[in-house]
Amino acid sequence: MGSTNSTLSKIPNVEELMRETGFSPAHIVRLYDRFESLDKEKTGHLRPEDFGAINRLAMNPIGDRIIGAFFSSGQDTVDFHSFVRILAHFRPAENNRPRDPSLPEPVNSRISKLKFAFQLYDLDKDGKISRAELLQVLRSMMEMQVTEEQLESIADRTIQEADLDRDDAISFEEFRKVPLGDTLTLTQQRVASK
Amino acid sequence: FAFPNAEKSDLPVFAMNYSRIQVPFEITLWVLLASFAKIGFHIYHKVTFWVPESCLLISIGLMVGAIMHAVHEEPPSVLSYNIFFLYILPPMVLDSGYFMPTRPFFENIGTVLWFAVVGTLWNSIGVGMSLYGVCQIGALEVQDINLQENLLFASIISAVDPVAVLNVFEDVSVNEQLYIVVFGESLFSDAVTVVLYNMFTFVAEMPVVETVDVFLGVAKFFVVGLGGLAFGLVFGFVASFTTRFTSNVREIEPLFIFMYSYLAYLVAELFNISSIMAIVTCALTMKYYVEENVTQRSCTTIRHVVKMLSSISETLIFFFLGVVTITTEHEWNWGYILFTLLFAFLWRGLGILVLTQIINPFRTIPFNFKDQFMLGYSGLRGAVTFALVFTLPDHIVRKKLFVTATICIILFTVFIQGISIRPLVEFINVRRTNRNLDTINVEVHSRLMEHAIAGIEDICGQWGHYYWKDKFMKFNNQILRKILIKDNQAESSIVALYKKLELQNAMEILDTVSEGTSTAPSVISLRKEKGPGKPKRKFVAADLRKMHDILSKNMYKIRQQTTEYTTKHSLPNDSHTKEILIRRHGTIRRSLRELCVCVCVYHSESKTKLTTSLFLSDNGEDETLSGGGYPSAPRSRIGQPSRSSSRVSLPLRRLDTLTEVSSSAGVDLVDERSGGRGRAGGRGKSRLNSSSSDSRVPAPPCHFDSSEVFHGNRDSMPEQEEPLSLSVTWAEEPSDHDDSSTQNPLLRRPRWNPVKPKNP
Repeated sequence: MGSTNSTLSKIPNVEELMRETGFSPAHIVRLYDRFESLDKEKTGHLRPEDFGAINRLAMNPIGDRIIGAFFSSGQDTVDFHSFVRILAHFRPAENNRPRDPSLPEPVNSRISKLKFAFQLYDLDKDGKISRAELLQVLRSMMEMQVTEEQLESIADRTIQEADLDRDDAISFEEFRKVPLGDTLTLTQQRVASK
Repeated sequence: FAFPNAEKSDLPVFAMNYSRIQVPFEITLWVLLASFAKIGFHIYHKVTFWVPESCLLISIGLMVGAIMHAVHEEPPSVLSYNIFFLYILPPMVLDSGYFMPTRPFFENIGTVLWFAVVGTLWNSIGVGMSLYGVCQIGALEVQDINLQENLLFASIISAVDPVAVLNVFEDVSVNEQLYIVVFGESLFSDAVTVVLYNMFTFVAEMPVVETVDVFLGVAKFFVVGLGGLAFGLVFGFVASFTTRFTSNVREIEPLFIFMYSYLAYLVAELFNISSIMAIVTCALTMKYYVEENVTQRSCTTIRHVVKMLSSISETLIFFFLGVVTITTEHEWNWGYILFTLLFAFLWRGLGILVLTQIINPFRTIPFNFKDQFMLGYSGLRGAVTFALVFTLPDHIVRKKLFVTATICIILFTVFIQGISIRPLVEFINVRRTNRNLDTINVEVHSRLMEHAIAGIEDICGQWGHYYWKDKFMKFNNQILRKILIKDNQAESSIVALYKKLELQNAMEILDTVSEGTSTAPSVISLRKEKGPGKPKRKFVAADLRKMHDILSKNMYKIRQQTTEYTTKHSLPNDSHTKEILIRRHGTIRRSLRELCVCVCVYHSESKTKLTTSLFLSDNGEDETLSGGGYPSAPRSRIGQPSRSSSRVSLPLRRLDTLTEVSSSAGVDLVDERSGGRGRAGGRGKSRLNSSSSDSRVPAPPCHFDSSEVFHGNRDSMPEQEEPLSLSVTWAEEPSDHDDSSTQNPLLRRPRWNPVKPKNP
């Protein structure tokens, strides 16, 4: 499509981006359109409040954490490349290509998704999900009538089940072991169909 | 009747004149009786859980009918054609149109229209033809029903009313698409049915139908439909435009809505185009703009009145149905009636199958068989069907037969299908979760993952449809909003959301939470057992089962919002969304003037941009208070204590407590909080900003405390352990505030302060 090419040419380093993330040109163009529509002031960067314009995201219980995940390492803007890189974690996988072990882990592998999810919990980025962090997330995902006690016991149990080294926190290694297979495949399909 | 005082011409001291008031009196009594019945139903929750409300209403009608029959009383003959179409139908349709969830609707509009319009046509023609075929069978003695009349009857019984089913769908969280198709179908099938009804009544009078008439009929169909749409749009825009200027006549704002929609309906009736389409389109268009222009209270009023009116209408119809069932003389013809039932189901089932096959390729998420079954099964008939058949013109010879058949099909579908749908749906939707007791963390993590994915999808946007939507939104923002909305500022959607959700009602949520549950004891026990040296708890199987239970019942489902627009019988329940928003939101700036009671402004001498301050902005000067300087005294007006004294005086704030904040000098509240957690009552005063001297705080201590402490504990517990926590606080808004300058409470631009991790 002519317009695809013209849009692509607007994006700097687009080939590298495509290679890195595995998105097709059409995908990139769509993402770029989306980026532009969110970036109302045309600064080329997105700030957290721009994400606030997405209504549905506002009603997501962990919406602010998701937004926060885009703004890693203390920056308060995100440019198109970082935007796409993060979204690439959720690009549907091509399962049939045999993976070359020498290449770095593909961006959208299961591990990257898990890392992303881990980030959502671990706000202070110390590599562990502490009990308190878990409790916060739980609280935000549950209705208000659940009592503190109940939340606590759920959090305790969650840690107990996963915590192998008994440090009362979940590290990424322990998180990896949680059998989340079904959810990941199901959700992959949903993103793919869009 | 007046007392017999015919001879004397004295002034009658006491006289009764029943006939004068009879009609309004009886109607009022009926409505009142039905409302009592509704109260009765809801007392015992299980009843409404298993039995849809329509069933209950019909049952009451049946009972009343039986009573009337026993005393040989005639039901008031109020239900005539005109009364139904001019007074009873509009509120019902307005209700459906007004509470239609617009976004899912427009995203699925193709499917909805496909099933509704084409489906209803399919049903009518199919059933009509089959019945005509049946009529040729001599044995059934129905040969005098000609094709037109059969078609007419068939179109009447094709009007679907799946309201009862929507309840069940919501509870079992069927997918959004299914939900919106069923919802939309009810609305549009009514429209189509009415059009067909009018067409066929006209045709039924004609002795011979020629092909040209068929073509004319089709053409008329389109004219009628699109005409209705156009009229609705026009009236919708005019209504929105009017509300732009109604700031000074707040009290009658709702009136405009109703008058305009009713006008749209009547004008459409005048031109014989689809009035249902007109009123629905009008409501859809209006809603978006009007809800931004009018005050919160007008908004609430409108919603409540719409619901009330439609409730009255529906009640009356069902009641009438029950009564008529018993009191009129029926013409019973086994063959015809059974065949009607049979064909109705058959054609609906076939129709769904065929239509789904055709449309599935065009859908991003195709319907599987389970969905199709549920679609087919939700074909209940309801109020509109009954009213239409009852008001058939009398020249239709077999009218009584039709009435009987219709009543049969309504009773059958409503009772049998309505009651059985819930167990069926649950049976089909059996969750195959492994009730493996080891999977609490899997449940938690997978739900988190699902939310994350949903969030990412929302960020990516709808890749397919979004082009048109974006175009429309641009047009909307640039042109329409400027014309139709007053004080148009491009606001972030979150603000709009907040406005819509009436944050003051958030307090209600907190009320219910802090009153009902065992918060207080748990809070106390909480304080005791905090501390890192807590012994590890052992969890018994029973505990785990309970946990699973809690999780499955209480975790927020993905994308709550659609299923919140539920039934006809209740207002949309957006309490979950509110809960989420309340908890989530970081910084909210409020207009100074709107603020009542205690406003605590955090200012940090050192670094203001880190703190979540409730900076009170005044219509646009919204910059942060850098260092020092409290905003000028909030003209804090205490909201009416009458409404909810406790609520009004509750200051609830959101703190982003960062280490910075707690260490900086000038912060009053934070210090208080981290320090005085157990403090009772008089927080109100102490929190006051020095300059907000005029705030009088009638803080009823216990209520204040429990929720305050509740919040305090919930939120501030992690405060100590983590440098970061997001706890929500916000200041109470006056419930009856009607400042002319800013009619909507507070929220201007919420600012998002990213939570910056500072290293401890």
